[in-house]
Amino acid sequence: MQKAHDHKALWLVAPALLLVAFTAVIPLMTVVNYSVQDTFGNNQFFWVGAEWYREILRSDRFHAAFLRQIAFSATILAIEIPLGLAIALSMPKKGLGVSVCLVLMALPLLIPWNVVGTIWQIFARVDIGLLGHTLSGLGIDFNYTQNAGAAWVTLIIMDVWHWTSLVVLLCYAGLVAIPPAYYQAARIDGASRWAIFRYIELPKMSRVLLIAVLLRFMDSFMIYTEPFVVTGGGPGNATTFLSVDLVKMAIGQFDLGPAAAMSVIYFLIVILVSWAFYTIMTRDDFEQYRRSQ
Amino acid sequence: MTAPARKFRTKYVAPVLYIIFLMTPIYWLLTMSLKTNQEILSTFSLWPENLTFANYLVIFTDASWYSGYINSMIYVSMNTVISVLAALPAAYAFSRYRFLGDKHIFFWLLTNRMAPPAVFALPFFQLYSSINLFDTHITVALAHTLFNIPLAIWILEGFMSGIPREIDETAYIDGYSFPKFFVKIFTPLIASGIGVAAFFCFMFSWVELLIARTLTSVAAKPIAVVMTRTVSASGLDWGVLAAAGILTILPGALVIWFVRHHIARGFALGRV
Repeated sequence: MQKAHDHKALWLVAPALLLVAFTAVIPLMTVVNYSVQDTFGNNQFFWVGAEWYREILRSDRFHAAFLRQIAFSATILAIEIPLGLAIALSMPKKGLGVSVCLVLMALPLLIPWNVVGTIWQIFARVDIGLLGHTLSGLGIDFNYTQNAGAAWVTLIIMDVWHWTSLVVLLCYAGLVAIPPAYYQAARIDGASRWAIFRYIELPKMSRVLLIAVLLRFMDSFMIYTEPFVVTGGGPGNATTFLSVDLVKMAIGQFDLGPAAAMSVIYFLIVILVSWAFYTIMTRDDFEQYRRSQ
Repeated sequence: MTAPARKFRTKYVAPVLYIIFLMTPIYWLLTMSLKTNQEILSTFSLWPENLTFANYLVIFTDASWYSGYINSMIYVSMNTVISVLAALPAAYAFSRYRFLGDKHIFFWLLTNRMAPPAVFALPFFQLYSSINLFDTHITVALAHTLFNIPLAIWILEGFMSGIPREIDETAYIDGYSFPKFFVKIFTPLIASGIGVAAFFCFMFSWVELLIARTLTSVAAKPIAVVMTRTVSASGLDWGVLAAAGILTILPGALVIWFVRHHIARGFALGRV
């Protein structure tokens, strides 16, 4: 059935629109405003055009933070997606086990992000943390405040701990939505476990998997709190990701112009990815709609 | 009996190992919160040898600690109410009507869910300072609507689209006005969706730190921020820090049971 055309529906959207416009558009305009001006303090601004954008796009500091960010996001995706998929496939399908699994697995998702940081800051410490203590007991030099490698390992394990459950939950929701008739047909045909996964489960889960990949990519792309708490961006700049760098620049050094230009660039990257996300989601919505006709 | 038992064991090894992996750091935090600082730093044990609740007592008796929880609860509740109330009619419009710019507005809302909070930290500070709302609960609640209203609209739209449009039309033919229909008939139908949307608003406002930290100093300081400042100031009181951490996990752990069957759908923005 076709949706009714009615422009009066805009009035229903108006309250939400006004609120989000107030919290999103005004600050964004401020950022754009700063990004094209320079100041000598005393609230005197003058126009510098695209100067800050050129400076940011050419600065080694931005390139380094960007590369670290991409490396981090790629690594956690490469671990979390297959792991989450595997766990979702081996979870119980009915009974009390489902509820217990769902609740326990969702628990890390509900912990405030800085507490996640605190948990891992403690857990990975050599003197009082179980992980750090065990590793150093095995003769491994694991000091995440001085060793860049250890800092990266800590942050990646932490992110896997924190967010793999999201992938599990999404895949599980996709799995239980597969009608039992598909499995019965596969059993009659004598399909192997691998064939069932490859030709029934994987195609049926492609949509939720896509949502999982995009959500994980975007949320890891703006990770701030956890590295801020655990490593503070260090040792050196080894774990200074884009958001960490941006906050350092904007609030630490109060470099308004460059920080604003970087914000705009950062935001544009995110919008580009959101657009891909939206296109894929609505394309699927459209196909579902057409099929239901 | 042996054959099914073995099947159970091999099949559930992966989820069980995974849950152990998830629970170990939380367990470590819990044991630390029940130890004295001296025991934490001097001996290395897997469980507290001298069980103590002193760390929790510190939090419940020191106003600078427990007021952090109260502040968090106040702005999180405000945010949940504002977000869900604003999102309900909007989600209905998106699920039922086509109107001027509907697709663009829907996309623009999504970009706000995806926007890095770091981009907004400084302008938020200036905006809310300029209207004299810095360091109040409503400020943080309003700032968090940035990502919670879009999220609530997307989740609710997903749930509403699952309700056949014939129900609306039948109600209108029966003489229901729109507000009466919406409150009396439609809202009960999407009650689980409203619950899930509220849960997610609650959760994302509860776990957020960067914006809440930027917008508060004393009067509305949330517990998450109290924790970060104590780490740097008072020479690392590990036991109290661990106890505070455990207390921030509890609200999520309590409410999750009620929405356990719908969480996945919520995380998929209502689209599984």
